Amino acid sequence: MLDTQGLAVCRPPGLFFSELMSHAQGEPPKAIWKKDGARLVLVLSGDWLRGGEARVVEGEEGWPDGFETEGLGKFDSTLPAYLMQRLRAVEVEEPGLEGLPENLRGLMELALKVPERSDAKSLDEDPHGLKLLGIRLTATWKAVESVLEFTGETVLSLGRFFTGRARFRGSDFWLTLQECGINALPIVSLISFLVGMILAFVGNVQLANFGASLYVADLVGIAMVREMGVVMTGIIMSGRTGAAFAAHIGSMNANQEIDALKTFGFNPFDFLVLPRLFALVLMMPVLTVYSNVVGILGGMLVGAAVGIPPALFLTEMLTAIDITSSSLGVFKSVFFGVAIAIAGCLQGMKSGDSSAAVGLATTRAVVASITAIVVLDSAFAVIFTILDI
Amino acid sequence: MASEPKEKAKISVRDLTMAFGSFVVMKDLDFEVKERDIFVIMGGSGCGKSTLLRHMIGLKEPRKGAILYEGKNFTEANEEERLAFIRRFGVMYQSGALWSSMTLAENISMPIEEHTQISKAEIRDLAYYKLALVGLSGYEDYYPAQVSGGMNKRAGIARAMALDPEILFLDEPGAGLDPLSSQRLDELILRLRDSLGSTFVIVTHELASIFAIANNSVFLDTDTRTQGATGDPKSLRDHSENETVRMFLNRGETPEDEESA
Repeated sequence: MLDTQGLAVCRPPGLFFSELMSHAQGEPPKAIWKKDGARLVLVLSGDWLRGGEARVVEGEEGWPDGFETEGLGKFDSTLPAYLMQRLRAVEVEEPGLEGLPENLRGLMELALKVPERSDAKSLDEDPHGLKLLGIRLTATWKAVESVLEFTGETVLSLGRFFTGRARFRGSDFWLTLQECGINALPIVSLISFLVGMILAFVGNVQLANFGASLYVADLVGIAMVREMGVVMTGIIMSGRTGAAFAAHIGSMNANQEIDALKTFGFNPFDFLVLPRLFALVLMMPVLTVYSNVVGILGGMLVGAAVGIPPALFLTEMLTAIDITSSSLGVFKSVFFGVAIAIAGCLQGMKSGDSSAAVGLATTRAVVASITAIVVLDSAFAVIFTILDI
Repeated sequence: MASEPKEKAKISVRDLTMAFGSFVVMKDLDFEVKERDIFVIMGGSGCGKSTLLRHMIGLKEPRKGAILYEGKNFTEANEEERLAFIRRFGVMYQSGALWSSMTLAENISMPIEEHTQISKAEIRDLAYYKLALVGLSGYEDYYPAQVSGGMNKRAGIARAMALDPEILFLDEPGAGLDPLSSQRLDELILRLRDSLGSTFVIVTHELASIFAIANNSVFLDTDTRTQGATGDPKSLRDHSENETVRMFLNRGETPEDEESA
């Protein structure tokens, strides 16, 4: 009772209804519950309007055996909503509506025509405590399982491809190749160039203290080819291409396009995942090499500004990096490419069928692929240290 | 009908239970679709009509029971056998579900390219003809996003017919079409049945269309979560023992008025 009153008071009166009220000079809405012997009578009066005056409820609420509505003025949905709320609170088998004005009675009958589905509410039950923990754990395990399953599917799909049984559209492959190749160059250039410059600046601040500014060249070279080039490219491609994969495949899923592929006998996995995987795995090493070169150029520019001539910078840098160390980044980029493609396609394929689900799938794809890149990179760092390369 | 020799069942749904997790959508579904039937799956909104269709084409696995095509078990078939079944189906999805990165003509060509060995030119001719059948001549090179929802739907039907399938599954083909297109669609379905001998399974709740084309049906009852009745919708309308079915087919009006008239 207090709740409903409280709500009515808190609700800011809308402009339209305040105008209406001033015009109507309305009486406050009143619901008076009267005991008439054994009968409970609800006396309704005043104007029941949205944003109108606060509701006055007197007496003990229940479900009335009769209504008195002589004093009832105008009403909108507020009044039937109040009556429905009473009915939900007090379960009545066959609520009598006698005594209500014709139009109100009609609305109430309409609202009560289809009985409430008792099983419809069970969907939004909020789990808590141990149950919530259990649900989270099973969900996490399911996520791990789905990654493993997807990776397995990828291997099977590759098997089909190399035995000539997998089918996808060539144009899909070329389009993706363009999208994650040439079209990614501007952003990769910008980021790599800036990262190269930052490395050189930061390195110079420290190395200049020892009078060893020249070694900025070594630092930029090693950092770019071993780590920064490939990691930056991976992160850019996660945000750009991995997200695009998830969003595209996810909306195909929402639009039943994947179902349509299945019922025409296409394997959606071969059809959608393979061209994307191939395109990204081909382009990642190329982009990485490009990123390394641009990053070193950025370092060189800063070097020139602090007094290292480009030719000297280059000679010095080449003493620090060799074929082995510069191929490490390229080697890693292949794995990053696989991780980004799998994360993007996996999230897209198992996305739900609403637009919100597609958004969620995209977010998950980006988070998963960036995490995968950092974890893989750490693992590689350990392995390379042990192998001493 | 009774005097005709007994037609064989094209599709048999046996004791089917459909469920999502612990939520049972429908149980104890048991009916037959005969060859050349125009079979309608009807029922209120959200009662599981489309879900039943998805079970019949193998996109969802039954919780219990089986689906048989010409007596052969589809539910228990392995992947390869299923593909053989699926090649005989044509499916139109609720929103058309055209592949959005391809033009309408490419959408229809792709299944033909995949499953036949004919030349590019012939494939193109077929695609143009199928689009013409659904009244979309001239829109061959449009992308699905460039044409209206109704056109998407019609192109979806054209794609479903791409391989001249024995069985066509249409999910709400008439919904969202204007009355004339809807009538044209009914005519198209009848023509295709008569000329190609296709069997149709159609999810719909458009009464006009149901009475115009269907000769067999199943009614899914939301309250009891099972089938209310199966048979010719016209005789169900007048003689079904299930009141919900009669109400549905008479738009909620009881046929008492007719008796007094």
